[in-house]
Amino acid sequence: MKTLLEVHDLKMHFPLKSEKWFSKEKPVLKAVDGVSFSVRKGETLGLVGESGCGKSTTGRAILKLLESTAGQIIFKGEDITHYKGEKLRKLRRQMQLIFQDPYASLNPRKTIASIITEPMKIFGIPKEERRKKLDQLLDVVGLNASHKQRYPHEFSGGQRQRIGIARSLALEPELVICDEPVSALDVSIQAQVINLMEDLQQEFDLTYIFIAHDLSVVHHISDRVAVMYLGELVEIGEANEVYQQPQHPYTQALLSAVPEATPDREKERILLKGDLPSPQNPPAGCKFHTRCPLAEEICRVKKPELKRVSEDGQMAACHFAKEVVAAAPV
Amino acid sequence: MTTPLLEVRNLRTHFFTKAGVVKAVDGVDFQISPGETLGIVGESGSGKSITAMSILGLIPSPPGKIVDGEILFKGENLLHKKEKEMRKIRGKEIAMVFQDPMTSLNPVFTVEKQMVETIMTHESLTKKQARARAVELLQLVGIPDPSQRLRTYPHEFSGGMRQRVMIAMAISCNPSLLIADEPTTALDVTIQAQILELFKQMQKELNMATIMITHDLGVVAEVCDEVMVMYAGKPAEFTNAKEIFTNGKHPYTTGLLHSIPKITPEKQKLKAIAGQPPDLRHLPQGCSFAPRCSKAMERCLTVDPEMRQVGENHQVRCLLYEDEASKKAVTT
Repeated sequence: MKTLLEVHDLKMHFPLKSEKWFSKEKPVLKAVDGVSFSVRKGETLGLVGESGCGKSTTGRAILKLLESTAGQIIFKGEDITHYKGEKLRKLRRQMQLIFQDPYASLNPRKTIASIITEPMKIFGIPKEERRKKLDQLLDVVGLNASHKQRYPHEFSGGQRQRIGIARSLALEPELVICDEPVSALDVSIQAQVINLMEDLQQEFDLTYIFIAHDLSVVHHISDRVAVMYLGELVEIGEANEVYQQPQHPYTQALLSAVPEATPDREKERILLKGDLPSPQNPPAGCKFHTRCPLAEEICRVKKPELKRVSEDGQMAACHFAKEVVAAAPV
Repeated sequence: MTTPLLEVRNLRTHFFTKAGVVKAVDGVDFQISPGETLGIVGESGSGKSITAMSILGLIPSPPGKIVDGEILFKGENLLHKKEKEMRKIRGKEIAMVFQDPMTSLNPVFTVEKQMVETIMTHESLTKKQARARAVELLQLVGIPDPSQRLRTYPHEFSGGMRQRVMIAMAISCNPSLLIADEPTTALDVTIQAQILELFKQMQKELNMATIMITHDLGVVAEVCDEVMVMYAGKPAEFTNAKEIFTNGKHPYTTGLLHSIPKITPEKQKLKAIAGQPPDLRHLPQGCSFAPRCSKAMERCLTVDPEMRQVGENHQVRCLLYEDEASKKAVTT
């Protein structure tokens, strides 16, 4: 499969106000600190982690809604890291975003028709075509064409999320970044929207980066999963591999913490001590060592690199994960 | 049989709004014994929080009104209590933990001030004794260095720690009933696991009854003994927490279970429940779930079913289980 997007050593630092007056040291918050991964055409990459781990920031940096501090973003073989102006505008057509909150992401003063057609208007698509496309979009996301002239407040949460999805598909993008698209929805509606997103992926050959904190939803929709902790990637691999044989102790703890809707739970729960450390002042060495049940001296001093831990390319950043040397290409 | 600690009979809480009467809770029955944990599960608007608020006498009136029913707590009907009497019960006998720990703690007072105030309102202790009790409680809920942390403000705590403070305050007067409204929804998974573990430990140590309101069936599997599934203000199914997963009967219950993605190697398409939750002002005639139900029959659109006993400690509100005859009709 072709690689659609590559991210190399992406860093996103936010400058903070200095605590001391006239101090030369400028504190920074390292929201994303050296993340590398690639996304293949037509697949879904799940990005999971707890709040504040930098998953949304990563998504926004890829879309170039944020100017990244360092690193490289390569989209369809082109380095887009420093795209600006008209070039960036054209690029945006191929990358879209679905937001978390279906209540905040739709303009309450516009009708559904004008919300969905606005991206097309911006890119100068003629009126006749816009109208045709609108009907088609409403149909694919399962909304009634007679609802065109209604306003967002007349719709329920699930329907609004469908409107948001229709809008993001209006320009026929290749890459859609979904930032917690179902976490604000009720369980029964959540399943509808997940099914819809899967159908749309098939139909339009879309590539998703699916950002969410719900581990079972991410497993369900993703082909590959990347786990983040405090701005760094701790594990990445095929969804089944990561979930069945997690190699990083954080992934193991995270997965064991998911409350499952089954009466007899077999899994032993790994309870992590303490809270997430502040990203403003992350621990030295391995950032996870303060909560890690396996931590030893080396973890406090040396930062582990992502290394290959399975034949199929699963990678984990832990000193204690067993490294597997990749088989030589035949 | 032990006498139940709390018995709710035919509770109906309606809201009288300009746009019409909203039947938020419409005929809820359940009981809970000391030391037991009851889960109330449902989606937004199913009436689970309003049920809890009704028990505590916190329904804003107007527009809300409890139009029918009885809430028997230790044999006394709470609906006949005066506000002054309710105030003595709330916080002491029945305590509550809310979803969002930041909005339920006062940001301008230290944790010490808030905890001591609660304890002194309900128990005749001196300030010094109350403080000692607060330290003890914070220790119990697993806050390190409690006497130091007492002097800090809520914003200095993380989300999980704040929820621990809330739980400490709730159990400060040894309540016999604790109502927890989505206590872990705002928390991250690893922190949620810690708090659920804390709830389990509390139940063991303090022998209090708990009502756990949640939308997450995973949470039910973790902590509850019994569970009531609610839909559009009415209970759909009531049984013990094991049975609901292995032998859930109501089409809404099974629909919910199928809607949750499972972490298994082979992926299947989710079986979603079609349609939208109903508007509580214009409930359909007959069973309120019928328009979304995959097993709906002609009669479901006209007849509103009653709660039926279908097994030991298992009740379902569905025409499919009304009698043997209709059961056969389904299987053929």
